Amino acid sequence: MEGVLNQLPIGLSIGAVLLLIALGLTFTFGQMGVVNMAHGEFIMAGAYTAYLLQGVGFLIALPAAFVVAGLMGLVLERTLIRRFYGRPLDTLLLTWGVSLLLQQLARDLFGAPNVQVASPAWLRGGIGILPYNRLFIMALAAASVLAIWAYMNRTGQGRRMRAVMQNRRLAATSGIDTGRVDQRTFFIGSGLAGVAGVALTLIGPVGPTLGTYYIVDAFLVVVAGGLGQLRGAVLAAAGLGLLNSYAEFWSDASLAKVVVFMAIIGFLQVRPQGLFFVRSRALS
Amino acid sequence: MRNSLWRTGAAFTLAAVTLAACAGQSSTNDTAASSGGSDTIKVGILHSLSGTMAISEVTVRDAELLAIEEINAAGGVLGKKLEPVVEDGASDWPTFAEKATKLIAQDKVATVFGGWTSASRKAMLPVFEKRKALLWYPVQYEGLESSPYIFYTGATTNQQIVPGLDYLKEKGKKKLFLVGSDYVFPRTANKIIKAYAAANGMEVLGEEYTPLGHTEYSTLVNKIVEAKPDAVFNTLNGDSNVAFFKQLKSAGISADQMPVMSVSVAEEEVRGIGVDNVAGHLVAWNYYQTTDTPANEKFVAAFKAKYGADKVTSDPMEAGYNAVYLWAEAVKKAGTSEVEAVKKAAGGVSLDRPEGEVTIDGDNQHVYKTARIGVVQPDGQIKEVWNSGEPIKPDPYLKTYSWAGGLV
Repeated sequence: MEGVLNQLPIGLSIGAVLLLIALGLTFTFGQMGVVNMAHGEFIMAGAYTAYLLQGVGFLIALPAAFVVAGLMGLVLERTLIRRFYGRPLDTLLLTWGVSLLLQQLARDLFGAPNVQVASPAWLRGGIGILPYNRLFIMALAAASVLAIWAYMNRTGQGRRMRAVMQNRRLAATSGIDTGRVDQRTFFIGSGLAGVAGVALTLIGPVGPTLGTYYIVDAFLVVVAGGLGQLRGAVLAAAGLGLLNSYAEFWSDASLAKVVVFMAIIGFLQVRPQGLFFVRSRALS
Repeated sequence: MRNSLWRTGAAFTLAAVTLAACAGQSSTNDTAASSGGSDTIKVGILHSLSGTMAISEVTVRDAELLAIEEINAAGGVLGKKLEPVVEDGASDWPTFAEKATKLIAQDKVATVFGGWTSASRKAMLPVFEKRKALLWYPVQYEGLESSPYIFYTGATTNQQIVPGLDYLKEKGKKKLFLVGSDYVFPRTANKIIKAYAAANGMEVLGEEYTPLGHTEYSTLVNKIVEAKPDAVFNTLNGDSNVAFFKQLKSAGISADQMPVMSVSVAEEEVRGIGVDNVAGHLVAWNYYQTTDTPANEKFVAAFKAKYGADKVTSDPMEAGYNAVYLWAEAVKKAGTSEVEAVKKAAGGVSLDRPEGEVTIDGDNQHVYKTARIGVVQPDGQIKEVWNSGEPIKPDPYLKTYSWAGGLV
């Protein structure tokens, strides 16, 4: 019985991981419609940033990874993706190729084997079944959501971002520099992937192919939550985390994956646009 | 008009360059092939250099290249230098079969050293059997196989898993929890473990599989905590080990309370997992970097000299390194690198290797190996705490174990 109860916080902590890896995608995929397969590699870049900054401090790695991954995203957007707006299939192939390049780059720079990132001492131990590092990830996910919410709703930049998302041409005619907004959106989205990467060093492997383990889950959360919907992503991540946790508890990990996929397929049959969506002419 | 002229010109130039390149290519190929006949023997090396398995397989390729270099420095085989042809299996099983075909048919290699996962070996097996070519497979595996065209230089189950279970039994660990990746090796290994447990008064409290590349182990750790086993037998492969040990450790489970016996965690993996997370846990192999033999001292020194002082050596690397030497010895004995003659000559070939004496068993083309149980040390090395005393005869079908009757 204790095991069943334990699965509740475990499910929420799985949800927090899902949310953290998907937050960046709610920007790049959700807001801009860019299917960025290299998102996982930005997560990897964040993890390697934590590796390089090990002596300096774990908390410093968070903003550093945000900037590193954000700049990588910005370069990708300026040099390549910008030329492919409105062509999702081409973007998909393009960014997939970029993801392979980045994986090989990481392999050349850091070697094929996983590297070791030691957890900071203050994250050892835990409360009940939940270790401190899981609680830290949950807190980080919550803080990120709050920060994004404030940015989107309380700043001029955020309002412009939403305006461009809802109707690009109308926003442009109102005098918003949509190109600049795109750059900023991509920087933030990619930077959030970097932050997720730092957090993932606490619980998972740090190697060149790290991104490939999380990219599918990240897309699932965004699609199930509704494109560009923050509250949708939060609810979808929590729901999928709990579903995964209990499905695995009562069956096994492979079957749990099947259950989650089936649930998402079924759900999208009923609500093809996800949990939440914006009614707007631009999207139809 | 000018524009289209320019285009036509460009197209012609491109075509000419391409043709010239092709011609250049084929002429170099010709010379390579003809020189292959005179003073070199080509050997194929086929491991995943990209994708999820690259983490492990790149190191085996390095060890095999080192062996080839050493053999060449000592004068080669039958007066000929070995010329490695390296291909990337890309962690993708059909690619392994395709590249194996390429190495055999196009490069005409004398033998191939390659593979890591059982899935890659199973994909290559029909290629080698059909084309009557030789594969040397360097990794411990689940047994129950004995292809006439494969030599197995890693351990089969009675040289690794069974000794691991003997050790746990000796230490009074009666209740086991089995954790593995969801593919052929862990599933077969666990079948053997359950049969052993049933015959030896041990109890299996749980048996869990996770997909390759799985990174979320909190639920599984919760199940293990609930079941309260004496020990965990771990057949996870690849990066999952990192996630598993990190999450086990942060759940507050220590090696003293509940040791994990792993069969796919060696020196290289220990570094990726983080020594903190895995120190004190048990591993079962046939070789450690710390294994105390003169041949190993030489191997470790040569490997560090070639690839860097921070590199570690591990069991599959040593088995790959041995494979090249064993093949070269069989070729010398046969007097030719022709496949059937080498196969015939290989039986009984015995060499003093880093892990001690290894001998090829002519009946099943496996190798006599000494089993060793080790404990991961805080410095990332593995300390041997038990060994079988002498090389164990390979028994891939476990015919000599009464409890294994129902398995085959």
